[in-house]
Amino acid sequence: MSEATVLTEGMECIWQKPATLTDTLMHYCPGCGHGVVHKVLMEVVQELGIQSETIGVAPVGCSVFAYNYLNVDMQEAAHGRAAAVATGIKRMLPDKYVFSYQGDGDLAAIGTGETMHAANRGENFLVIFVNNAIYGMTGGQMAPTTLLGMKTSTTPEGRKVDTQGFPFRITELIAMLPGSYYVTRHAVHTPNAVRYFKKAVTKAFTHQKEKKGYCLIEVVSNCPSGWKMTPLEANKWMEQNMFPVYPIGDIKVDGKLVAKSSAQ
Amino acid sequence: MSDFQLMKGNEALAEAAIRAGCDGYFGYPITPQSEVLEYLAEEGRNRGMVVLQVESELAAINMVYGAAGTGKRAMTSSSSPGISLMQEGLSYIASAELPCLVVNVNRGGPGLGTIQPSQGDYFQSTKGGGHGDYHLIVLAPSSVQEMADFVYDGFDLADKYRNPVMILADGALGQMMEKVSFRDYNVAERSIPKPWATVGKPSSRERNIITSLHIQSEKMEVINKRLQEKYRIIREQEVRYQTVHVDDAEILLVGYGLAARVCHRAVELARHHGIAAGLLRPITLFPYPTEIIHTLAQQVEKILVVEMNSGQMVEDVRLAVEGTVPVEFFGRMGGIIPSPEEVLTKLTSMMKTQQQYEESHV
Repeated sequence: MSEATVLTEGMECIWQKPATLTDTLMHYCPGCGHGVVHKVLMEVVQELGIQSETIGVAPVGCSVFAYNYLNVDMQEAAHGRAAAVATGIKRMLPDKYVFSYQGDGDLAAIGTGETMHAANRGENFLVIFVNNAIYGMTGGQMAPTTLLGMKTSTTPEGRKVDTQGFPFRITELIAMLPGSYYVTRHAVHTPNAVRYFKKAVTKAFTHQKEKKGYCLIEVVSNCPSGWKMTPLEANKWMEQNMFPVYPIGDIKVDGKLVAKSSAQ
Repeated sequence: MSDFQLMKGNEALAEAAIRAGCDGYFGYPITPQSEVLEYLAEEGRNRGMVVLQVESELAAINMVYGAAGTGKRAMTSSSSPGISLMQEGLSYIASAELPCLVVNVNRGGPGLGTIQPSQGDYFQSTKGGGHGDYHLIVLAPSSVQEMADFVYDGFDLADKYRNPVMILADGALGQMMEKVSFRDYNVAERSIPKPWATVGKPSSRERNIITSLHIQSEKMEVINKRLQEKYRIIREQEVRYQTVHVDDAEILLVGYGLAARVCHRAVELARHHGIAAGLLRPITLFPYPTEIIHTLAQQVEKILVVEMNSGQMVEDVRLAVEGTVPVEFFGRMGGIIPSPEEVLTKLTSMMKTQQQYEESHV
């Protein structure tokens, strides 16, 4: 893999793309959170020196092509089945690091069964759950996490409780299960948020090494294209509308529920 | 004879899985095959296997996907309704070319149906089953001994072709007890390198990606062609069948699995009554023994296909025969096993019709 870095005379290199990311151009829309989440995840893999011991599972959804960017061995799962695929991998290779990377439709709609049972079994892998409250890949349909009143192509008048039910706070539900060890909710829309997220990823991989069990990091993210906003508008809308329903902070730490979500 | 044991088909199959070096079994209970999971939960775990009872057949087949993707020997077993749930996963496994073993202890359907033996899943097993152009390699045992033997063969074929293999049994083969012996099988000698497996990427190689997604049509067609070429080679090299009294046969019975045992007895009875009957038993249902049926069709006057369904494999027999001789069908459904006497009655009526036809044309 060739390094794209160009060092200019007299200048100091203060950041470069980790070798754990490929040089492939990402297909994500401008302003989308996926690229940042990919970068942070792979920075941690590089910093922990576990590239040769890590196997990832990609979902169906916007991040279906994650394996084009993440420079680790990858398996592409059927829609919703990432938790089962990750279970199969981890049970065969208990000393390797395994993560799944899933969106809200994949994890909280079609894959709810596999997700809950993997958590309940305390499967010793990490789940990165990117929640942008919409189906981006298929063109902006309602997700299980779509907010009440939120307009999508399948809720043109806004999501209503009487027909579509409530936004699914599956992360809180997972935290209730005794099998989950570390459950936390993050964002990647500011440098500060990115730093907190990175700490969480590092922590989760460390837990996995110590065989502590199931770790899930939800990243509340934007979808400028699906929400029909500019990236800046989307981030602002996310803070104002998503964070009250999906509050940022730890939900379960070291196997114990956090009494009150701590805002960062 | 001390190496023979009396075992249920399901248990013999489970024991063979351990001996064949199966690393991971993922399953969900369903009658009439739950003994596989039960046997492995004790014996398999004690002997170092990963055995997991999971939340659904959907999860089980996707765990097999993940496990097979690490290069380990992985399997699942179920019965008809559960196998239907696995079709999505099987399509993905076939596309991603992951070697694994899937066992269907066929029960009567459609729907929840009955827990009694059936061959109603022939179409589903041999024609793909899930979406897209693909085939499983399908082995059809007709004894408890073959329930065990085909586990080894299944894993070997799966590894050789990077293709999912199905053992298509039925409720009776799973539940009945017969003597069985377990062959000498050296797992280490049989294991082949799997450089494609996802086990963690060393710096010495590019990352391994296991996927069934090829969004550009031209690339997808390349994959399709590769799969079809593989199926062509499998058709050429892996056909297996058994023949009984076909050399002088005037009427040929074709049946697989348990129905073949019924046919075997019917052939003996027919011979006792002076009818020159023979039997062809397909052992591989994919690849199908088309050529031998085509050849035998030149020799016999009539063919009778016997199945425990409404007539599914008979279509493949008719394709093989290409209209050269009449092909008739006899089947029972609902989980009923036809008796040799019923088959004999059908045979006799076919021969009578033949005789009347010949007499009227004298």
